[in-house]
Amino acid sequence: MSSGNGAAPPLIQFRRITKTYGQGQAEFQALRGVDLEIAEGDFVAVMGPSGSGKSTVMNILGCLDSPSSGDYLFQGVPVQDLSRNQRALLRRHYLGFVFQGFNLLARTSAQENVELPLLYRGESPEARHRASREALARVGLNGWEHHTPAELSGGQQQRVAIARAIVTNPLVLLADEPTGNLDSQRSHEIMELLVRLNREQGITIAMVTHEPDMAAYASRIVHFVDGRVASDERTAEPAPCS
Amino acid sequence: MFLNAILLALREIRRNLMRSFLTVLGIVIGVAAVITMVTLGNGATRMVAEQISSLGSNLLILRPGQRLGPGRDSAGAPNFRAADVEALLTQVPSLKAVAPVVSSTVTLVAGAENWSSSVTGSTNAYFVAGNWKLAAGRQFSDEEMRAGKAVCVIGNTVKQKLFAGQSPLGNAVRVKNFSCEIVGILASKGQGAMGMDQDDVVLMPLVTAQRRLTGKTQDVSTLMLSLKDGASSPRVMEQIRQLMRERRKLAENDDDNFNLMDTKQIAEALSGTIGTMTTLLGAVAAVSLLVGGIGIMNIMLVSVTERTREIGIRLAIGALENEVLLQFLIEAVALSAFGGLVGIILALLACLGLSALMGMPFLFNPGINLLAFGFSAAIGVIFGYVPARRAAGLDPIEALRHE
Ligand SMILES: Nc1ncnc2c1ncn2[C@@H]1O[C@H](COP(=O)(O)OP(=O)(O)OP(=O)(O)O)[C@@H](O)[C@H]1O
Ligand SMILES: [Mg+2]
Repeated sequence: MSSGNGAAPPLIQFRRITKTYGQGQAEFQALRGVDLEIAEGDFVAVMGPSGSGKSTVMNILGCLDSPSSGDYLFQGVPVQDLSRNQRALLRRHYLGFVFQGFNLLARTSAQENVELPLLYRGESPEARHRASREALARVGLNGWEHHTPAELSGGQQQRVAIARAIVTNPLVLLADEPTGNLDSQRSHEIMELLVRLNREQGITIAMVTHEPDMAAYASRIVHFVDGRVASDERTAEPAPCS
Repeated sequence: MFLNAILLALREIRRNLMRSFLTVLGIVIGVAAVITMVTLGNGATRMVAEQISSLGSNLLILRPGQRLGPGRDSAGAPNFRAADVEALLTQVPSLKAVAPVVSSTVTLVAGAENWSSSVTGSTNAYFVAGNWKLAAGRQFSDEEMRAGKAVCVIGNTVKQKLFAGQSPLGNAVRVKNFSCEIVGILASKGQGAMGMDQDDVVLMPLVTAQRRLTGKTQDVSTLMLSLKDGASSPRVMEQIRQLMRERRKLAENDDDNFNLMDTKQIAEALSGTIGTMTTLLGAVAAVSLLVGGIGIMNIMLVSVTERTREIGIRLAIGALENEVLLQFLIEAVALSAFGGLVGIILALLACLGLSALMGMPFLFNPGINLLAFGFSAAIGVIFGYVPARRAAGLDPIEALRHE
């Protein structure tokens, strides 16, 4: 990955990104020209009122959705020029995503859910086993490996989703309200885990949150209002690049 | 990648046991029904066809009385006499042979063995009319027929039952109360219709049977008439009818007091009926295959929302479109193929059992097996795979939002 060299492009660049849902009468502009840069090692908290476009931005960042216009550069490469398979490989090798709605596989144990990204990466069964148990332990779920989502509480499911996103040690972790279903003690534990991942492994993090307490763990807070960046303040230096 | 796809496919099958079971069940029922019906139908048709061919050349049967069937009897109508046989042979040139027939069921004894069988008294014309060949020995001599000598020709079953292992030619068999010399053995015809054993017969000269078994001396109640090859049976039947009306001195507006039937026509009508039945059963079975197919389609469509979300999740965490599709294809193929195989095995077991029970030949029909298997596999694959293909072509977020 790029070093501290000033000539290297930022890890993530949004240039006048817009996103329009629906057509005609029902047309709705969720993003109205978003410019955003995220450097490697940064820990960004995304805040803003409900419906301001936070999840939309995260989905585009995660290459799960395409913008209606504008450019998204990942390590200087325009994502819209990549093929479907290349974007899938980008997700596979560089991105980890925690969904607002968890999106775990039904009737599938926590451990198998967490192993899934490793399986698509072609890791051996032993490596998958070890890494998934470790990731579950990190989110405080040891002993719950064989429970299916239906047998887990909302907060536990959310933590399985986090474990699934971090099990690959991604370059970028994208988390949409990762603490939305957790009590405050759990929330703080998860935030400490994210800070450790950011500081110790240099994982770049973008996280949506409604709570200022949680945002305080980040190095930078971006506020969205009505599909635009309303404010962007740095609260700490980004983690040194690994 | 392929191993992973197999692993994932098997996991999904195991996880959704109910769905998998219902899919397999639909295919099993459809495949088994079609194969069973068609195979049994083929067996029945073959059975009748064999029966027709064992009748040999076109065979007519002439009996006194108006018509066969319940409520009609031949009480008032006179039997036939030797002169009728002569007249038929000379005046209806298309007849190859005319055999007067009397028969009776009696107990046969040879040495320590005894066996109950049907004894037929006739002339050598019976060999022609009944399409019988000799495996050994000879037919009756003129002298034996005229004098009513105690000689007989036995069928293969009688030979097996009474003379296991040794040659019965020249030996005697006790028929009811007289001893009869065996001069010939009939070639085996095998099983006839409905499991009836055609080889369980004894033939003797007409006069012998009349004197010693049936008690009547001059007349017979049945004539078997065999047509020459290529003769038109309706025309010959009309000639025979006119001749018999004349000989029995029936007035212009009297009904026939005899009855003439064409066995081949009956057999053909029967086989036609069976053919129709086979088609009908086949159609019923095809409907059940279709219903099975619709069942599978239904299960697949019901699960399509859940499966679309599953596809969205897989794509979101980095699966390639092809990897997801391969998994779904393997799932569909595995379920359909398994269901198809179980269906074929069930059908074959059912066919073996049923055809043994009904005394029919079992005919393995590879065509219908392939067809039923192919059709069900196609249904499984199409309805398992096509929705998946649509979902895998979406952006992950669209697949995840699917409702
Ligand atoms: N698939 C969609 N079709 C139509 N409109 C949509 C769709 N997804 C989002 N929107 C609209 O876009 C706007 C932004 O949605 P988004 O989910 O990004 O909001 P958010 O900031 O994440 O809100 P919250 O804090 O409630 O999660 C909302 O007004 C929403 O109604
Ligand atoms: Mg949201």
